[in-house]
Amino acid sequence: MRLEVEITGKTFKSAAGGTQEVLAPMKFALQSGEVGVLIGPSGCGKSTMLRIILGLDRDFDGHVARPPEARIGMVFQEPRLLPWRSVEQNVRLAAPDVSDAKLAELFRILELEAHRSHFPGELSLGLARRVALARAFAVEPDVLVLDEPLASLDDALAGRLRDEIATLVASRPVTTLLVTHSLDDAVRLGDRLFFLSPRPARILAEVPIGIPREARSDAAIAAIRAGLARRAQDEQGGERAGRDVS
Amino acid sequence: MLRLLSFALFLAIWWTAALFVGGAKLPSPSAVLDVIIAEASSGALFLHLGATLARVALAFVLAMSLGSATGYLMGRVKLADRLGDPWLILLLNLPALVVIVLAYVWAGLTEAAAIAAIAINKLPTAVVTLREGTRALDRSLDEMASVFAMPRWRAFRHVVLPQLAPYIAASARSGLSLVWKIVLVAELLGRPNGVGFEIGVAFQLFDTPRLLAYSLTFAAVVLVIETALVQPFEARATRWRPRAA
Repeated sequence: MRLEVEITGKTFKSAAGGTQEVLAPMKFALQSGEVGVLIGPSGCGKSTMLRIILGLDRDFDGHVARPPEARIGMVFQEPRLLPWRSVEQNVRLAAPDVSDAKLAELFRILELEAHRSHFPGELSLGLARRVALARAFAVEPDVLVLDEPLASLDDALAGRLRDEIATLVASRPVTTLLVTHSLDDAVRLGDRLFFLSPRPARILAEVPIGIPREARSDAAIAAIRAGLARRAQDEQGGERAGRDVS
Repeated sequence: MLRLLSFALFLAIWWTAALFVGGAKLPSPSAVLDVIIAEASSGALFLHLGATLARVALAFVLAMSLGSATGYLMGRVKLADRLGDPWLILLLNLPALVVIVLAYVWAGLTEAAAIAAIAINKLPTAVVTLREGTRALDRSLDEMASVFAMPRWRAFRHVVLPQLAPYIAASARSGLSLVWKIVLVAELLGRPNGVGFEIGVAFQLFDTPRLLAYSLTFAAVVLVIETALVQPFEARATRWRPRAA
């Protein structure tokens, strides 16, 4: 399912009465099955972009095209679970059509089997994040949006969850948009990286990664990262962006 | 256990006080119990209690449903809040007696007038509480429901209602105590039955045992309803919260 985003501008009215430009004009598209990654400094407007793409914020100039029947799965920065419903109910409420077998498989992959009947208040952040992931995948989304799903987790857990995300994304054709400020996550999960500037955000560079995700060895990932670092230096030297580094 | 002890202490104080003050002003617990038994065996006690409880139930349900709906609307829609606010302030500060008397003057000494008057007294506090509850709703969960395309009713039931439950419980609690107080005044002023009517009669005859008999049975019924209905509902509404140690 193709996702096209064209934003010509987004401003906020500040409390003092002035207007603040959050997003500069930008345009990008993701093909069906592609994982796009938005990388940018904190506070650059990534979350605002996501809200626009998700249809939560309609007060902007521009246009977002996604098929109206597209099912959306979302992992918010904070898990946003319903504290008064059990883990299983939280998933089922968002995905009423999910089959028992599918749910069992998701819970197995994400190691949540023991927590089905727990309330979110009884879970650690890592577990709550996994429930949020289970919920997003249970809806069998056409468009999957992940807003820093691995932030503030320890490296080992983040690494495991990242592999789980890769497995789940590979298991069905889904257009994915991942927001992160970890270059490592971006290079390991992404097909196409979008580097954003500080606020007002615009796309500094769009970098496709040619090697298929499952074939990326640690060496290849290190090479891509080195390429990106070199390229950042080149850019400071004034060179034009837009080249395939892989 | 502690409750029983505290109740026994209350009886002991009453009994001693009755000994000092004398039977006419403060009858002993046993004298009051005699009257309760006599009224109960004649059936009058149940008739009057039943009439009062029916009024309480009707007025309470009416005020809670209307008040909650209005409060939710005012919490969600700015225009409704602006339009409703002056009315709300007026109703909040209108003395109960004024509402009751006006209701009887305009609608006659009827059952409908009594119930409407009681409901109007309780209504604004329900509106205020539910409006606060609605304003405190977690926007991020609304967004979650909207992103996952939850149908309206499901989102209301599973996302909104659990957040409002503590406010509904609080409003039911305070509202019920308000209704208990006002229903007797309404009965005293314009109904031919009910606990309030009986207390009025007892007052005119300076019949203290009878007055206490009705007041205390009424208080006992209130206590039973509070512990048997209102508190379990509150406990259920907040069951997902981690228990305090």
